[in-house]
Order: sequence, then C-alpha cells, then structure tokens
Amino acid sequence: MSKRKSKETSSVNGECISQVQRILRERFCHQCPNGKLFGVQLQYKHLLELLKRTTIHGESNSALIIGPRGSGKTMLLNHVLKELMEVKQVRENLLQVHLNGLLQTNDKIALKEITRQLQMENVVGDKVFGSFAENLAFLLEALKKGDRDSSCPVLFILDEFDLFVHHKNQTLLYNLFDISQSAQTPVTVIGLTCRQDILELLEKRVKSRFSHRQIYLLNSFDFKQYLKIFKEQLSLPTEFLYKPFTQKWNKNVQSLSEDRTVQDVLRNHFHCSKDLRSLHMLLMLALSSITVSHPFMTGSDLLEASKLYRMDSKANIVHEFQKFIQRKAHSMYNFEKPVVMKAFEHLLQLELIKPIEGLSVRAQREYLLMKLLLDNNQIMDALQVYPNCPTDVKQWATSSLSWL
Amino acid sequence: MPNFEHPEYPEATLLHLESMVPCRESQVSSLLSVFGERQHFSFPSIFIYGHTSSGKTYVMQTLLETLELPHVFVNCVECFTSRLLLEEILTQLQNLSSENKHGSHVPCDTFNDFVRLFKQEIITQELQNQTVYIVLDKAEQLREMEANVLPGFLRLQEMTDRNVTVVFLSEIVWELFRPNTGCLEPFTLYFPDYSIEYSADFYAAYINILLGVFYTVCRDLKELRHLAALNFTKYCEPVVRGEANERDTRRLWKNIESHLKKAMQTVYLREISSSQWERIQQDDGEPGHLKGLSAHAHVELPYYSKFLLIAAYLASYNPARTDKRFFLKHHGKIKKTNFLKKHEKTSNHLLGPKPFPLDRLLAILYSIVDNKVAPTANIFSQITSLVTLQLLTLVGHDDKLDGPKYKCTVSLDFIRAIARTVNFDIIKYLYDFL
Repeated sequence: MSKRKSKETSSVNGECISQVQRILRERFCHQCPNGKLFGVQLQYKHLLELLKRTTIHGESNSALIIGPRGSGKTMLLNHVLKELMEVKQVRENLLQVHLNGLLQTNDKIALKEITRQLQMENVVGDKVFGSFAENLAFLLEALKKGDRDSSCPVLFILDEFDLFVHHKNQTLLYNLFDISQSAQTPVTVIGLTCRQDILELLEKRVKSRFSHRQIYLLNSFDFKQYLKIFKEQLSLPTEFLYKPFTQKWNKNVQSLSEDRTVQDVLRNHFHCSKDLRSLHMLLMLALSSITVSHPFMTGSDLLEASKLYRMDSKANIVHEFQKFIQRKAHSMYNFEKPVVMKAFEHLLQLELIKPIEGLSVRAQREYLLMKLLLDNNQIMDALQVYPNCPTDVKQWATSSLSWL
Repeated sequence: MPNFEHPEYPEATLLHLESMVPCRESQVSSLLSVFGERQHFSFPSIFIYGHTSSGKTYVMQTLLETLELPHVFVNCVECFTSRLLLEEILTQLQNLSSENKHGSHVPCDTFNDFVRLFKQEIITQELQNQTVYIVLDKAEQLREMEANVLPGFLRLQEMTDRNVTVVFLSEIVWELFRPNTGCLEPFTLYFPDYSIEYSADFYAAYINILLGVFYTVCRDLKELRHLAALNFTKYCEPVVRGEANERDTRRLWKNIESHLKKAMQTVYLREISSSQWERIQQDDGEPGHLKGLSAHAHVELPYYSKFLLIAAYLASYNPARTDKRFFLKHHGKIKKTNFLKKHEKTSNHLLGPKPFPLDRLLAILYSIVDNKVAPTANIFSQITSLVTLQLLTLVGHDDKLDGPKYKCTVSLDFIRAIARTVNFDIIKYLYDFL
C-alpha cells in the first residue's frame, strides 16, 4: 500500500515537473500573451486609449513605440490587442495587418503581403495598378461594407520599423501615413522600433504626415522592482493543477528572492543588462536543471546559469594565440617557419586578427599589417585556462603584457 | 547507469548516445537539458562555437538522430545563397514526414515566402507538438547573404509562432555575428578542444608519442588522425622486423622520432602528398632528399641576374640615404643620432620590402659588380624576366614607361644562398645588420 502510494507521488511528480517545465518554458522562450506586464502601466493605458479611439470611434491615428531590444514592445502591443479583442464590436470589425521589416524587404512584397492579410487576393485578381497609392486606395475602398457608409477600421502594425525607412522613396510609409491623415477609412499605423533616432531617418514628407506620437519603453525600473519581477516571473500561476506543489514552489521562489547569493547574482545581471529578455534567458537556463530528482530551484542553479550565460567567448578561443607566441620562445620547440605560418593562417581564419586594409592590397602574405582583435586581459585569461601551457610562454606573456 | 538522465528518453538510448560521444558528456548533457521534452519550447536560437574538428557537427547530428528528434540539417557553404538555403530547408522539411513521396521542389525566393511556407508545412505534418530543429552548419557564411537572413533565423520561433529552434554551428565567436542594430541574442555554448588522455597499451603509446610531437602545434582532430594513419606502419616496423618487442618503448621512440619530425615539415604542411610519403616509407632508404613543393621554388639564374637580384634586395631593404655609405669608395660616416635611432626600432626586415626606382637598382648594380657592366638591352630584359619569375614585383601601373618602380620579394635565406654562389657577402651590405 505504501509502495503504491510512493509510486503515485513519484509519478505525479514526473508529470507535474513536466507541466511546470511546459508552462515556464512557454513563458520564458515563447513569450506567451498570458504573462504579466511590469512597469509599463502608463504606456499600456496610452496605447489602449489610442486603439480604442480608432476602432470604436473611427479616428485615424499613427504612433511609434520606441524601446531598446528586449524591453517588451511586442509584448505590450500583444497585451493591448488581447484586451481590445474582448470588446465584441472590435472583434467583429477590426482588420489587422502585421508587417515585419525583416520579412518584407521591399515595397512590392509588402503590398502583396497586405493584400494577402486582408484576404483580398481574389478581389485584386490580375489588375495592374499604376502606382502604389492606387493599389492601396483600391484595397481600402474594397473594404467598405455594402450598405453602410462607414468602413472597417484597419490596424497596420509595422515591426522592425527602422528597416522600412530604407526602402526606395519610403513609398509604403508615405502612403500609410497619408491615409492615416486623410480620414477616409479609420486607419491606425503603429510602428515598433529599437532605434531612438528613428525620426531623423524619415523623409520630410513622411515625417510631416506622421502624428509624432511616440511611446517610449525605457526599462525604467530599479533593482527592487527587478527582484519583484524575478519573483513573479518564476512563480507558478494559482490555477495550476497540482496545488500542493504550486504552494511549495512559490514558497521556494519567495525564499530564493530573499537569499543573499541569489540577490548578488541578480544584481550582477541587472548591472549588465536590465531588459527582461536576458532575465528570461537566465531563468530558462536555471530551469533546465529542474528534474524529478531536483524539483526545486536553488541558489547554486542560478549561479551556474549565470556563469554559463556570461562566459567570455574570446577567452576560450584564444588558445590558438599561443602557437604564434611559440616562435619567439626559442625553447626546445623549434618550429620551422612554414609551420608557424600555418598556425598564423588559422588565427586569420578564426578572425582573431584581421588585416588593416582589405585583402585587395597587393602585398605579400607575411608582410600584411594586421590588427589584433583581442585585448590583453582576454589573452591573460585564456592562458590561465589553457591546458598544458608551457611555462615559458606564460612567463613571456605576463612580462610583456603586464606593463602595457 | 548513464551519465545523462532524462525522463523522456529510454535508458538504452541514452547509454548508446553516451558511447558515441566520448569526451563531450558535459556539452551533450547541457544540450539535453536545454532541449527538454519533445513538446516543450526551447530557446529560439542556440549558437554553438568551437575550433575546427572539435566535434560540433558530429555531436549535433548524433544527438538529433539517436533521439529521433525532427530536424533539418543544412551546410551554409553548400547553400551559399539565401534562395538555395531556404529551398533546401523546405525540401528537407517535406521529406521529414512522408518517406514515400519525395517532396517536389519548392520555389522560395524571399524570407517572407519562407515563413509562410514553413508555417504551412508544419501544419500539414504531425510536427505541431514537437520541437523542430533547424541546424545551420558553417554559419559564418550567413553574414555574406542578405542582411535580413541572420536576424530572421534568430527570431524564427517568434515570426512563425511555432515550436522551432534554430541551431547555429560556427568557428567564429558570436560578437562578430551581431548585426548593427542588435537582434534576439541566442544561447551560446562553447565546445572546447579535445584534451590528451594518457593510457598504457601499444596503440596508446604510439598515439602518445605522436601527440607529444604534434600536440603543441596542432589540435585539429582530422589532421592528427591523418598523421597517425600515415605513420603507423613505420612505427610498427621494428616490431615486425623482430628487432624490438611491443613493450620496448625507447627503441620504438628512437626509430620514429626523426621520422615524425620530418613529417612535420613535409606532410603536415602539405608539401608532399600522402601517397608520396608512403612510398618513401616503403623505400626505407636513408631519409635523403625529400623534394617538397617549396623546393621547386629554387631556380638557377644567370650571372648578371643574380647580381640584379642582390642589388634589388639591397635596394628594397636598405633605406635610400644609406646607399652612400655602402656603395661609394669615399664615404663619410653616417651620424646615427638618437633621433634617428628612435624611429628605426623596427627592423626593415619585419616591415617588408620597400619599392625602389629603376635608376637606383642600376646604380647599386654597377657598384657591386666588379667589372664594367654596359646598360644593354640584355640587362633590362633580365630585369623583366626576374619580374616574370615573381622574384621582383612591379609596383604601381605598368604603363609608366620612364620610371618603373620595383620591389624585391625574396626571403633572406634565399638571397643568402644566391649570394653565396657568387661569393658576395650580402650581410655586410645590409643596414639592419650593421
């Protein structure tokens, strides 16, 4: 009887751990829209207001959401859209077009994508349009419902907005902003970008049609709030199936956030990069060490994860450098010049050194001036880690690199 | 009890996996823990880097095939344009589910189409619940393609909204990949080199000796394996001939040592091919004259050409103002003031040859040749043939007829050999050896 019970609890644990992993991994890696937002309440309200005005009251608008990488722009937008979709009127009427600067690399592709997302392919058919503007106007005209004189509001979301400004003449942007100003169809254009100087990249005629409404997401929380975010991100939701496990887990998270080592790890991380995406990566690494035999996260897990995350890449690779140093060592290892040249070429291939002028300069291989792309500390670190390093190489490095 | 523990996969598979990836247990276990269970999400992108032959491709392929995870494996050097790359991925994806019908060629021009077709492909197969892995080998080639390919792959999970992870394998560190405006950072994992393991039987002793000679120079597994295979018969020779038995390591070492050192100069540098090497081993004569590729660079020159070459070398590596001291009968002393010395810390030999005009070459030539030399067309044609032999190079445009400039591109050892054949002490005339 007790054996069966223990087997039950262990099987429950296995299934339970699997569910925990599933939920948390989705939260950290895939940024599911059920997560919570932190520190962006004002921006959230602003954006929601804006979109409500378009969809419910029929106003046209444009806005730019600006923030560094990983600060939560897409997440904010998705949250706002989710809340908006709960209103029945919006759900039935609103049309969304999602464009991405990485995917639609020129305006022709963008136009085809717009047609496809508005599901107008059969309407457009084989028509040939004189200009971009005509095409777009035709699309929007066709959106008008039969008897009603008001047409459906259309929401254009442009991800990686800074890539659209490099298209020829910025036609797409010009036309979109133009329509948003001319108040025929209620159209809202929302751009998301990581560049703070985006307004300088816009052409004059495009900039004048833009409403200059900017929403900034600047990661403006301090370390105390960061700790709170850490706790909330790591906690399991209360509607999770295995109630007793949830309580234990959440209590563990609470104690972790009060633990000194964990706070130190998080503080180091916070000083490197504040944004949530890197926090998610750290938590994901710590999460991957959770198994049935190790069901609760500990401080050492987080420490390990932090070390793995911030390993200096170049200190590892610089092992090759010591072959080049060999030449001057004049020790028992007397290597011929061609052998050293081969090692030198390997360094070149690894891009640890780079020729100053490009390869088009016609000079002999041995005499090309090179630039070393590492600095002294990295070389010293690498020599400490390098296995079987001859002592005279180490001494030579310390003596010549230390006074520089 | 295998080192890898994973609830998802049976123990037998994990044991088998462990036997196939020696010395890489820690990397494989971190990969396993990051992958998680089949249907779980993982990092959107993973970046694995390490030296040549540190096992990245092998480990990834073995891992994915042994655990039977759905994956697509593409080499970016093979598919060197974005179109080839995207079409290859889509074709392999089609082949994943249906073994019967070989997928028709899917045309895919742009990344936009790729995302759309990718989403369609995943829906039509039972891949919706499992993570699909796309492995891009030699990922440094991605930087040469269009600018949106690399950031696009980094965000593929978000853009397609599917459970897919992209793995990049490369020799170059991540910092050299990062685009200017930033991107979604991948999880980076490092594969260190294989390290020496010492053990005690016959073959292992051979490997130890081989590694002792070559390890400090080369850690590339492929090269070491090649060298080991080539030299093994020679190593076994004393045992075969009956002179030594298997345990007699000292005699075996004496036999093989000079051989390996020669191998370093020749086969390792690809001076001679491996078949030539084996033939030499079989001849078993005295080591003698191994004519490698670089030996063919030696040419026999006529008398005046040798002096022309010496003069060219002197002109390239001596600064022009020192000519007076070397080549005039009555010269003054050069005042080596402190100011000059400070600027000349780097010897000219490290900086490389400098260009010189034709007049200077002829002036030096007249002063070093004993008898009178007439400036006939003979001399000038010899200069041109030296250029053809690539012992001199013409600097600047070749349509400048009245003042051509040249540069001497031979090494010091070569010119000393030539100077010795005409009894000319070139070291006396070089500024760097004053």
